[in-house]
Amino acid sequence: MAFNPTPKQFRAIKAGLFMLALLPFLRMACLTAAGVPVDPVAFLTHGSGDWALYLLCATLAITPLRRLTGWNWLVRLRRMVGLYTFFYAFMHFTTFFWFDHFFDVAAMWKDVLKRPFITVGFAAFVLLVPLAVTSTNAMIRRLGRNWARLHKLIYAIAPLAILHYWWMKAGKHDFEQPILWGTVVGVLLLLRVWWSVARTRANIEKRPAPASVRS
Amino acid sequence: MLIRKNPNGIDLPFPSEITPREVYEGRRAFLAKVAATAVAGSSLWEMATREAFAQGTVQKLPATRNPAFVTNEKQTPFEDATHYNNFYEFGTDKSDPAANAGTLRTRPWTVQVEGEVKKPMTLDLDRLVKLAPLEERIYRLRCVEGWSMVIPWVGYSLSNLIKQVEPTGNAKFIEFTSLADRSQMPGVKSRVLEWPYVEGLRMDEAMHPLALLTVGMYGQVLPNQNGAPVRIIVPWKYGFKSAKSIVKIRFLRDQPRTAWNGIAPDEYGFYSNVNPNVDHPRWSQATERRIGEGGLFTPKRKTLMFNGYNEVASLYTGMDLKKFY
Repeated sequence: MAFNPTPKQFRAIKAGLFMLALLPFLRMACLTAAGVPVDPVAFLTHGSGDWALYLLCATLAITPLRRLTGWNWLVRLRRMVGLYTFFYAFMHFTTFFWFDHFFDVAAMWKDVLKRPFITVGFAAFVLLVPLAVTSTNAMIRRLGRNWARLHKLIYAIAPLAILHYWWMKAGKHDFEQPILWGTVVGVLLLLRVWWSVARTRANIEKRPAPASVRS
Repeated sequence: MLIRKNPNGIDLPFPSEITPREVYEGRRAFLAKVAATAVAGSSLWEMATREAFAQGTVQKLPATRNPAFVTNEKQTPFEDATHYNNFYEFGTDKSDPAANAGTLRTRPWTVQVEGEVKKPMTLDLDRLVKLAPLEERIYRLRCVEGWSMVIPWVGYSLSNLIKQVEPTGNAKFIEFTSLADRSQMPGVKSRVLEWPYVEGLRMDEAMHPLALLTVGMYGQVLPNQNGAPVRIIVPWKYGFKSAKSIVKIRFLRDQPRTAWNGIAPDEYGFYSNVNPNVDHPRWSQATERRIGEGGLFTPKRKTLMFNGYNEVASLYTGMDLKKFY
């Protein structure tokens, strides 16, 4: 189904998506301010972590979706969704650093280094930072080819995020959600591998066979 | 005997309700009061639970506060203590038990007591409740997840029941089995834990006066989501050791396989005494967040050894509590 939004429609779609992705934050902020959650730190930590993961999946889904539908304009939403991923990851980290450790850097490092599930979560967050920093048009121009190379980091970040989630839930033997989101990330990454292999094959077939084979 | 009538249903301690000074100071007076109310209390219990079952409403369960087991810390609001629960039989979310436990039928209810005892017995709830006078005790509750509450429980020392069934010399451990009925407990479908939920104590732990056989909280019959109609409370251990909705109590020669210890022994020890010096592999146990105390910006409290119940320390003399966590 071909669909190409007019510039006006595109702006509306983008604005709608912006508001939609902001809603979880507004909800968390309002409920916390109203004193509804019994354990607000746990509420904010889990909420922000969940939404960072959902938006990470959404970011990773844009390219496959674009290929499957032919809706090339989708790629113009990717930066915003990616930045929202960082926004919720930043909120997740801030909740941990602020309300769990009250800015005690030594205590935070102790936690990060001692507990593998925090180590990988922290690594995923740190790796997101350069991606967020280089998301401006100026940076894209300045980095040129290296920009795309740098942003391949997301393929490392996504599995780290899943591992973080998996290990966090492991102690409670509650694997339903990690399995679900691990599968989503797995499929989204495997699609890329699949397409990459297909492309390489197609290139090989197009090229003339090497001399040694011809003789 | 006080029957508290609080229009909003939330049992906050009013100054007038605090146990009088002479009761604190005079044990004799306390015992006399207990004796006087024991008979009245048991019939009130029957009335209360029958009505609770019939109407599905909260019913008062008065008991005399035992001055030996109180704390002057602020009690957790009733609303929080009944809406922030870990009771996986009703779902893994903290709000699931309050939402789903309405299907639990707490009457009729029997508790089978068996194993290494001279007098095995099956007790129905009314008989169980009449075994000893009901007391109110205010205990700290420390969850292994790093949060804590202060709750006024109603019950009596578990040792009263243990003495009734006369354990044999072989009884070294006691095992509590919770109800696991899919038709009443939607969470039992999940594979998060092995069902039924089983917990256990060493005999000397179970005989300690602090170990409470519990049938109420906040002057009321236990709400379903808090482990109705009968549970234990072991205040110096992490909360998961205090089994809820108990249907069977067995006396054993060997240490039983318990729910959390069975599936993740490196994370949840059999003893699971509250211990700020032994971290959970995934978080520190040095501090805790007191539920209902401030909010986001309130600093955490320091967790106390044995949750502040140092009188149990002698149970573990000579044991390496880092090894037997």
